[in-house]
This record gives sequence, structure tokens and C-alpha cells, in this order.
Amino acid sequence: MKTILFIEDEHALQLTFKDILGNEQYNVISAFDGEEGLRLAEEKSPDLILLDLILPKKGGIEVLKEIKEREKTKDIPVIVLTNLEDLKKVEKALSLGAKTYLVKANYSLEEVVDKVKKNIKD
Amino acid sequence: MIKKFLNQINIRNQCKRYGVPLWQCPQFLFLIMGFGIILTVLLTYFLGTDYIEDPSIVFFIVVFLTIFLITISYTITNSFERLAEVARMKSQFVSVASHHLRSPVTNLRWVIEFLMSGRAGNIRDGQKKYFEILEKNTKKMNILLRDLLIVSRFESGDFFSDKKETSLVEITQKALLDLKEEIDSFNAEINLNIEESLGKVFVDPLQIEIVIRNLLENAIFYGEKEQKTKVEVTIEKNSKKVYFKVKDDGIGISETDKKNIFKKFFRSQNATEYQTTGSGLGLYINKIIIENLGGKIGFKSKENEGSTFWFYLPIKK
Repeated sequence: MKTILFIEDEHALQLTFKDILGNEQYNVISAFDGEEGLRLAEEKSPDLILLDLILPKKGGIEVLKEIKEREKTKDIPVIVLTNLEDLKKVEKALSLGAKTYLVKANYSLEEVVDKVKKNIKD
Repeated sequence: MIKKFLNQINIRNQCKRYGVPLWQCPQFLFLIMGFGIILTVLLTYFLGTDYIEDPSIVFFIVVFLTIFLITISYTITNSFERLAEVARMKSQFVSVASHHLRSPVTNLRWVIEFLMSGRAGNIRDGQKKYFEILEKNTKKMNILLRDLLIVSRFESGDFFSDKKETSLVEITQKALLDLKEEIDSFNAEINLNIEESLGKVFVDPLQIEIVIRNLLENAIFYGEKEQKTKVEVTIEKNSKKVYFKVKDDGIGISETDKKNIFKKFFRSQNATEYQTTGSGLGLYINKIIIENLGGKIGFKSKENEGSTFWFYLPIKK
């Protein structure tokens, strides 16, 4: 079973994604802040990371940068999933190595699941 | 410190901050009035020395005129600055409010989508219609917030497009599929005329979907009552441009409303009689998006006979 790390501080979304991705036979682990996300990325070596940008303790861009710098986590595909629709943030996230940048409000849950399936490690 | 000072004297940056054109910008007005005052004072001085013998009278006239003009220009500039600041704060409020509302609305939308998928357990028949009401209304809220944010970003100069190779045909077909329920309930008949080998255009797919959907919705929603609305969608190209056209035989637009149709929050008189819920942002946003992508949007219409809205986009990157 493939593992997805979901770094997101919204409990409602954590709950929904755990269920919907669980239904697709993925194991979802939750991190509610940036520091916890980084720690779990190293410890659990997930097959994909879903990353929000506005996070407590450490912001998403900083988390992404550190994920891509660390030997153990640099090859994990990261999907940025945020409501921040800001050109600078999009460019920054993609230049740091994010697979794609999704603005939550522009996608349905089903479309996000499709993006996860497309980008998860083989 | 130096950067802050340079930013203060950079008129273009200040205008951008207030979100107003150059000629309405307080700093620019202050500069123009400053030149005007210097010229007027110099002219008064030279004319005064020519026509008035007593230099002390000339001195008093010049001093009085200078103080008078500076007071007037200060008052005018200050008023403009206050107005610009209020406009900026209003725009910022819309932006912040929309941003903060966006997350809970997205959460709500996704949770409803998840519940309706049946993955969290079966929904009873009696509950289904209420979930559908919730789904429709959260979608509406999401669209309104999206529209307000587009307008706010455009007005603050932060609007951008994420361009990709995009098929207008696929987007149109998807939009028509999404609008199936509305097409049926408004008794609309859709005809598609698509040129073969149309290829793709380099645009922002999400933005162009907004434009196409807005045009289709307008054509479907504003049909003559108790009559089948015929909507004809044409997509064609020449060597440089792709043309998209939506023709309907609906209520049309009156001559007096035509000049305002792309204005923010404008809704034509006959449109409000047919549909009470529109925000008046759709066509304004369409114009922002199409022009930002290097294209052009327009229409022709006759009241009670129908309208044809069109846009074109450049094929080249």
C-alpha cells in the first residue's frame, strides 16, 4: 500500500482526505504543521506529499525547500495544495521542485485525487 | 531607508499601490500642480515688475498668490490621496475577505462532494435533495469569491495567467457537460460548429473555462420565456487567431445598455427581469481575461432578437 503524507492544518480536510484516499487504497499520514511534516517525511519516506503553504511553525515554501534539499526526501513527489493564488508562490514552488501547484478552490475533490494518482511514485 | 525613499518618489509605484491611473494619482497631481504654481508665480512676478512700480506690492502679490495656490493644491491633493486610500482599503478588504472565505468554502465543498459520493456511507433518498442544495450553493459561493478575487487582483495589478497548450473544444465540451442540467431546465438547444484540425492555443485553461462558461450560461439563461432557446457555438481559426462565437436567439441587449455591458457589476434591465441572481461580474471578468491573454472580446445584439458574443485569441505563444 502506497503512503501519502498530507501536510495541512485544517482538520476537516485531513479527515476528508484520509477517507477518500483511503478508499483508493492509499495509506494517509497527517501532519498539522510544517515541522511535523518535515519530520514525518524523513521518518516515513512517503510515496507522495500533499503540501499546504500556510502552515503553523514552518511555512510550506520553507518545508518544500528542505524536503528537496535533504538526501532522504529529495525524490519524493510533492503536490502543493493551497488557496494562495499568487504568481510568485507558484513560480517559487515549481522552481523548488514541486510536481504541480493546485489552487484548492479551482479543483473538485475528484480532480485532486486524479492528480495524486498521476504523480505518485511508481 | 534609501529603498523606502526611492519607493516614495516613484510615482508609478505609488499609483499601482492605490490602484488608480496616473492622472488620478495624488503624487502625480502634486507634481503637476507644483509645476503650475512655479510657472504662475514666475509669470506673476515678471508681469508685476513690468506693470507695477512699487516692488513691495509685487512682493506681497507674489507671496499671497504662492500661499493661496499651495493651500489650494494641498487641499486637492490631500482629498485625492484620501479617496485613493479609501479605494485601496476597500479593494484590500474585498481581497482579504474573499481569501479568508475561500478556505472554509473549499472545505465545505469538498466535504459535501465526499458525502455525496457515498464513500462515507449511503445517503438516504430524503437527504439527497438537501445535499444537492448544499452542493449548488457552495459552488455558487465559490464562483462569487473567485470572481471577486479576479477583480481585486486585476485592480491591484496582480492578475496573472498560467498559460498551457489548451484545447478550446475540450473546454467547451466539458462546460456543456457541466451545464447539462441548466440546458435541460431552460429548454435550450445547443449546436456546435467546430472547424476540423483546430489545434490548441496557449492560454490559461482555468481562465478560458471561466470565459466560455460565462458566455454559454448567458446564452442559455437569458432565452425568451416559454420558448426553446437556440444556441449556436462556433469555433474556427485563421492563420493567426482562434475565434470563439456564441449566438443565441434570446432577449438581446437594448441600445442604451450596450455601452455598459462590459462594465463592473453592470446588469442590463431586461436581464434582471429574467435572472435575479447574477453578480454583474461575468462579462467584466471575461474582458479582463481575454485582453490579458492578448485577445479581444465583443458582441452584437438586438433587443428581443438575440445576441452574438465572440472573442479571439492569438495562436502563437
